[in-house]
Amino acid sequence: MMKGLKKWRLFALLTALIVFLSGCGKNYLSTLTPAGEVGREQHNLLLLATAIMTLVILVVVVIYVLAIIKFRRKKVGENVIPKQVEGSTTLEVLWTVIPIILLLILAVPTVALTYKFADTKAMDAKDADGKAKAVTVNVTAKLYWWQFEYPNEGIVTSQELVVPTGEKVYFNLKSGDVKHSFWIPTIGGKMDTNVENINKFYLEFDKESKDLETGVFYGKCAELCGPSHALMDFKVKTLSKADFNNWVSEMKASKNHVASGDLEKQGEDIFKTSCITCHAVSGDGKGTGIAPNLATFGDRNRVAGVLDHNKKEIKKWINDPQSVKPGNTMPQPEKINNGKKFSDQELDALAAYLMGLSVEK
Amino acid sequence: MSSTAKKKGFGATIWDYLTTVDHKKIAILYLLAGTLFFVIGGIEAMLIRIQLAKPDNDFVSAGLFNEIITMHGTTMIFLAAMPLLFAFMNAVVPLQIGARDVAFPFLNSLGFWLFFWGGIFLNLSWFLGGAPDAGWTSYASLSLASAGHGIDFYAVGLQIAGAGTLISGINFIVTIVNMRAPGMTFMRMPLMTWTTFIASALILFAFPPLTIGLFFLIFDRMFGSNFFDHTMGGNTIIWEHLFWIFGHPEVYILVLPAFGIYSEIIPVFARKRLFGYSSMVFATILIGFLGFMVWAHHMFTVGLGATANAIFAIATMAIAVPTGMKVFNWLCTMWGGSIKVTTPMLYALGFIPSFVAGGVTGVMQAAAPVDYQLHDSYFIVAHFHYVIVGGIVLALLAATHFYWPIMFNRMLNETLGKITFVFFFIGFHLTFFIQHFLGLMGMPRRVFTYLPNQGLDTFNLISTVGAFFMAIGVILLVINVIITSIKGQPCGRDPWGDGRTLEWAIPQPIPFYNFKQTPLVRGLDTFWIEKMEGNKEGMSYAEPISDIHMPNNSFIPFVMVIGLFVAGFGALYNQDADKPWSLVALIVGLAITLGAMIVRSLKDDLGYHIHKEDLLNDKGGNE
Repeated sequence: MMKGLKKWRLFALLTALIVFLSGCGKNYLSTLTPAGEVGREQHNLLLLATAIMTLVILVVVVIYVLAIIKFRRKKVGENVIPKQVEGSTTLEVLWTVIPIILLLILAVPTVALTYKFADTKAMDAKDADGKAKAVTVNVTAKLYWWQFEYPNEGIVTSQELVVPTGEKVYFNLKSGDVKHSFWIPTIGGKMDTNVENINKFYLEFDKESKDLETGVFYGKCAELCGPSHALMDFKVKTLSKADFNNWVSEMKASKNHVASGDLEKQGEDIFKTSCITCHAVSGDGKGTGIAPNLATFGDRNRVAGVLDHNKKEIKKWINDPQSVKPGNTMPQPEKINNGKKFSDQELDALAAYLMGLSVEK
Repeated sequence: MSSTAKKKGFGATIWDYLTTVDHKKIAILYLLAGTLFFVIGGIEAMLIRIQLAKPDNDFVSAGLFNEIITMHGTTMIFLAAMPLLFAFMNAVVPLQIGARDVAFPFLNSLGFWLFFWGGIFLNLSWFLGGAPDAGWTSYASLSLASAGHGIDFYAVGLQIAGAGTLISGINFIVTIVNMRAPGMTFMRMPLMTWTTFIASALILFAFPPLTIGLFFLIFDRMFGSNFFDHTMGGNTIIWEHLFWIFGHPEVYILVLPAFGIYSEIIPVFARKRLFGYSSMVFATILIGFLGFMVWAHHMFTVGLGATANAIFAIATMAIAVPTGMKVFNWLCTMWGGSIKVTTPMLYALGFIPSFVAGGVTGVMQAAAPVDYQLHDSYFIVAHFHYVIVGGIVLALLAATHFYWPIMFNRMLNETLGKITFVFFFIGFHLTFFIQHFLGLMGMPRRVFTYLPNQGLDTFNLISTVGAFFMAIGVILLVINVIITSIKGQPCGRDPWGDGRTLEWAIPQPIPFYNFKQTPLVRGLDTFWIEKMEGNKEGMSYAEPISDIHMPNNSFIPFVMVIGLFVAGFGALYNQDADKPWSLVALIVGLAITLGAMIVRSLKDDLGYHIHKEDLLNDKGGNE
C-alpha cells in the first residue's frame, strides 16, 4: 500500500513539474501573460475568481475526505444502523449565505468591468481640428483572413494588425461572410464579428512586439467558421506612437511602390495580369474586402497566416492554396492563368515581387 | 434476459420489443440504443484526440474534423446522454412511485422510436454525402453556408428525435402527477422521481424553442425562407438565442436526473437517509427555474451590450447557490453514516470532486469579462466535459451498476466494475484537466490542428493519452456486461442490502404488471421503514388483490415513426432538382404517419385484464 502511495506521489509531483515548467504558455499567445490593460484586468479578475473557487474546493474536499475516512463501514461496524438525521436548518442557512457572500465579492468587479470594457464613447472624440483623437480600426473577418482598415488615417492592411502602444485602440468588428470572432489572447478578450451588425470594443497594447520571440502577438479566430477555422490566424505588430505614425505615412506612400530588378518586374507583370483583380498592393485608401491587401506583404511574419515567411512557402501557397487552407476562396492557379499552373520560374518571379512589397524596409 | 424471453423464439422476442409498451422493456431499448450511440460518439471522440495528439497532424482532414466534432457533440448530448437517462428514468420511476406503468404506455413507445429513428437518420448522413459540420450548436451563418446535405440531416434528424423527447417528457410529468401510489405525497417522492419530474418540466419548456429554431433552419435551407439570411432581412442572432434558450436548460435536463441518481446511491451506501431532503427538492426546483434565466451567458462575446451581459452574469452566478446546497447535503448524508464503497458508490464518490471542479469553472466563466478570454477556448471544452462527464456520464455508469439488478435481475461484476472506474476516472481527469490550461494559453476550441512550438504540444499529447484510458474503461464495462449476461446468477430482491425506496421492495424478476397489489406508502424511504419494522414482504398494500387492467402491445408507434423517417428524406432532398422522387417520399411518408394516427384514433384498443385467479397463482419472483 505504501509503495503504491509513493508511486502515486511521484506521479503527482511529475505532473505538477510539467505544469510548472511549461509555465503560463508563450508570451505572444497566452492569456496568462497579459500585455495590455484590458487583458491584465481580465487576468486579475480570473485570479480573484480562481482564489474564491479554490477556497470552495478546499472546504468541500476537507469535509469529503474526513467523511470518507471517519465513516467507512469497516470503521463504523458492519451491522450498525446510523442515526437517520433529517437535516439541519442552521447548516442549510450557512451554506446558502456564505456562497452568496463569496459570489457578491466576485459579482461587484464583474459588473464594474463589464461596463468599463463596453465603453467605447471616446472612439468618436475629435480634437480642435476635427480630427479623430483615437486610433480606430475597422476589422472585417473573411473566410480565413482579416482586413484592417484605418478610416481616420485613410489606409488599409490585412493579416497583420499594426497598432500604437500606450493608448486605447478602438475596433469596429464585422464579418464579410460567416460569423468569426476576433481574439488576441495576450492583449484581451475576444469579440464576435457578426454578419448583421458592427460590434465595438477597445484594447490597449503596452509592449512593443519587436521584443517578443516571434516579433508579433498572435491573433486567432475563435468561432468555428469552416474547414480552415484553425488556420485563420492573424498577427499583431505593436509600435511606439512615433513608429506608428511613421508606418502610417509609409503606408500612404506605398501607392508609389515600384518593383526593382528584372525578376521582380517579371513578377509584377504576372501579378498585374492574374492577381490584381482581387489583390490591391497599395495601402492607401479603403479596403475592398475581396482579398487581402498586399502592401505590407514583405514585412509580414507569415504567409497566409500560417506558413513560414519565405519564398519557398509563398510558391507553395500560390501553387496550391487549397492544400494549405482547405475551403479558402483564393482561386487555384489554373483558374487565373489560362488553365495551367504557373511555371517554377513564374512562381519565383511572383515570390520575389511579393517579398519586395514592403513599407518598413 | 428473463426466462420467458428464452422460451420464445428469436423472431418473437424481436417482435415483442418492436411492439412493447412496457416501461421496463422500453428502458432496455433505451439502454441498448443509447449505448450504441454512446460508442459511436466515443469513437468520434477518440478520432478527435488522435488528430490533436501532435501539431500539424494530418490523421483526418480539416473538413472531416468539423464533421466529427459536430457529430460527437450532437450524438453525445441528444442520442447518448438523454436516452441513457431515459433508460433509467423508465426503469425506475414507475417502480419508485408504485405505478404499474407510465401514464401513456403507447406514447412511451412512440417517444422511443422517434428518438431512435431520428438518431439513425442523423447518422446516415455519414454514408449519404457527409455529416453536418457546423458544430453541435450549428450557428446560423455557418449552417446556412455549409454545402451538401449535412446540416439538413442535423435539422431533420434532431426534429424527429426531439419530438420523441418532448413526448417522453410530457409522459413523465403526467405519470408523476397522476400515478403515484396512495401515500406517495410529493414530499415523499424519492429524489430520482423528483429530478425526473423537474427535468421533464424543463423538457416541456426547453424543447419547443429548439423545435422552432430547427423549423426555421429547415425552411431556410430546404424551402427558401430567410429567417437567418441577413441579406434578406433575417438575423442569425435569433438562432443563437433560440438554440441557447433550449441549450442551457438542456444541461439541467441532463444533470438533474444525474443528481437524482446520486441522491439515490449515496443514502443506500451510507445507510443513512438523504440529508436535508426538503432543501434538496427546493434546490432542484430552483436550479430548474434559474436554468431558464441564464442562456445568454453562452453569448457574452456576441455584443449584446454591457447591461445584458451584467444581468446574465449575476443570474448565472446565482445558480451556484442551489447547486452548492446539493453538494453539501450529499456530504452531510455521508457524514455520520456507514459508507460501503461499492462500484456505484465509487462513481458517486468520484462525482463529487469532479463535479465541484466543473461547477466552479462555470462560476469563473459567469464573470463576463473573464469569459471574454475563456469563451470558445479549450477552457470551455474542459469546463463542460467536467460537468457532462464528471456529472452525467459518471452518473450513467453508476446507475448502470446500481440499477442493473432492477433491470436484469443480475449483478454486474464488482471487481471489474471498480477497475473500470479507475481507468475511466484517471483517464477523464488526465484528458480534461489539462485542457483548462490549453485554453488559458490561447488555444481556441474546434481547431482541427495547431502549429508546433506555440507551447501547446505537450498538454495536447497528455490529453490524448487520457482519452485512451477512458476508452479502456468503457471497453472493460462492455466486457463486464457480456460476462454478466452469460454467467450472471439471479440476484433476487434488494441485492445491495440497504435499498430504501419502493423499487427495491418488489420481488425479482419484476412481474410485467409491477405490483400485484398497489402499495401503501407510509413515508419517505418507504422500503426502509418497512424493513426497520420487520415487515418481511417489504410493502404494505393499499388494496386487496383484484383484476389488473393492462395495455396491449402495439406496432403503430413504429409505423408512425417510419412514416416520418421516409418523409424526412423527402423534405431533405426536395431542394435537389435531380431527385423528383423526393416530393413523393415526403407525401407518402406523411401519409403513412397520418394513416397510423387515424387507425390509432378510430380503432378502440381497450387493453386487457389480468384476472385475480391468475395473479394468485403467479408467485411473482423467485423468493
